[in-house]
Amino acid sequence: MRNATLRKGPTPMPEPLDAIVEVRGISKSYGNVEALRSVDLDFPRGKLTSLLGPSGCGKTTLLKIIAGLVEADAGTISVNGRTVSKPGPERAFVFQDFALMPWATVLRNVAFGLELRGKAAAEREKVARHYIGEVGLSGFEDKYPHELSGGMRQRVGLARALSVDADVLLLDEPFSAVDEQNRRKFQEDLIRLRTNQNKTFIFVTHSIEEAVYISDRIVLLSPRPGRVSQIMEPDIDRSVDPDRIHRDKHYLDTVEEIWQGLKQYVD
Amino acid sequence: MASLRTEGGAVSLAPLTGRSEAKGWQDQPVLLRIASVVLFAGIWQIAGMIPVSFAFPTFFDTVTAFVGLIADGSLPRAYLSTLQPLILGVVLSAFLGVGLGTLCGLRRTGEWLLIPVFIVLQAAPVAAFIPMVTFIYGIGMTAKTLAVMILALPVIVLNTYKAVRNVNFSLVAMCQSFLGTRWQTVSKIILPDASPIIFAGLRLGVAAGFVGVVLAELLITPTGIGDLITFHRSRANYAEMYATIASIIALSTLTLVALQWIETRVFRPEKRGA
Repeated sequence: MRNATLRKGPTPMPEPLDAIVEVRGISKSYGNVEALRSVDLDFPRGKLTSLLGPSGCGKTTLLKIIAGLVEADAGTISVNGRTVSKPGPERAFVFQDFALMPWATVLRNVAFGLELRGKAAAEREKVARHYIGEVGLSGFEDKYPHELSGGMRQRVGLARALSVDADVLLLDEPFSAVDEQNRRKFQEDLIRLRTNQNKTFIFVTHSIEEAVYISDRIVLLSPRPGRVSQIMEPDIDRSVDPDRIHRDKHYLDTVEEIWQGLKQYVD
Repeated sequence: MASLRTEGGAVSLAPLTGRSEAKGWQDQPVLLRIASVVLFAGIWQIAGMIPVSFAFPTFFDTVTAFVGLIADGSLPRAYLSTLQPLILGVVLSAFLGVGLGTLCGLRRTGEWLLIPVFIVLQAAPVAAFIPMVTFIYGIGMTAKTLAVMILALPVIVLNTYKAVRNVNFSLVAMCQSFLGTRWQTVSKIILPDASPIIFAGLRLGVAAGFVGVVLAELLITPTGIGDLITFHRSRANYAEMYATIASIIALSTLTLVALQWIETRVFRPEKRGA
């Protein structure tokens, strides 16, 4: 095995330009287990930032605290400069297990965020149809979730999050319940979607390859207690053919370097 | 189309009746259901002809007696009297039961206050309460309605409570993250998600309600269906007695089928095709 430390890795984190989400001193314990200890982080506007780390590093907990779904023991979260503690219209969540209503069609599931906000049926369905098209599910509007594959279900989850027009999309291991082929396709689509939508993505994953492949910036978390161990910005040109990225030297080097860094935490 | 084919009784023709997806007679639920009823009636008829007991009429005697009971107006009159406490009791139990169950599922205080009571009620041989109800409320409509509710309510409350308690938490979190209010979470997520188990409880509750009303009419006041059964038994009109019993069983079954239909229509449309 080559010695990864001899190579020059991606440059260490420069100053953030414009942080849309600011995490300050967030701590969280579950009983005796310390999930997060005093985490400080900035998420730059319009970028895709991945939270990457082995299981038990508190990455999902941090995402849910940002979403307002879990309460932190200490610290604050600000979005667009305003401190938040509950879910808000500027954030939308994509769930690991999709969290689709099995009794509702794709159309109603996608429009559900707008339904909860009291938008008229015709208006919200128009928006929903648009985003169903954006995620590549046109023609499936009247299907029920159980009639779709795992990848398609998560596309519904993504379309639902896009429909409410939030500034920040929070994705909690969105591809972990999706099979490998669909995941690759979905990742490519996500890269394409990102360039179309002017949104900030915060993405939780345990897959190094996935993080390097899609992220502008990767936050590495170390476990027990969860804290930020490293921040890096893989400089990968995503305008080229997606299949070439997977064979790109810089891509492979970055994956290798992250693996060398995380190895010590894997038991 | 399917019903036309079944007239011939030729099971082997069944594949032709379906569209391309039909694979055999097992895929024709209508045929199987009719076959089940025909088989049952046939066994009944044979058992009556043997006869198993002098008090056991044949199927055709029973059907004839049933037509006679409708013609002379005694069966419709009996149902008019039975259905009032039954419908009242069942409807009250359904709304009260689902309401209380939901409340207990959502709030700890409700759970601690009410659930033990209903667990005891469900475990108790409730028919023993009926003389007590008569003692307190007399022999009128109130006593009969109460008899229905005592039997129907516990299972509805307990099923609803369990269903609400075990709701898919991920969906609740989803509703909250998309800014659903408490009320929206209950009405748009918790109740639809719990509806299959709630409806299972409702079906059991409605069936128990039928038991309650017949018990009440046998034990409290000789009116309605209970009276009709007692009357024909005392005169050894066994065919009429069986016709009355069969009619209330049929009504109970039809009510449960209707309930299932409502469930898939209104609450869980994704199960309609299944």
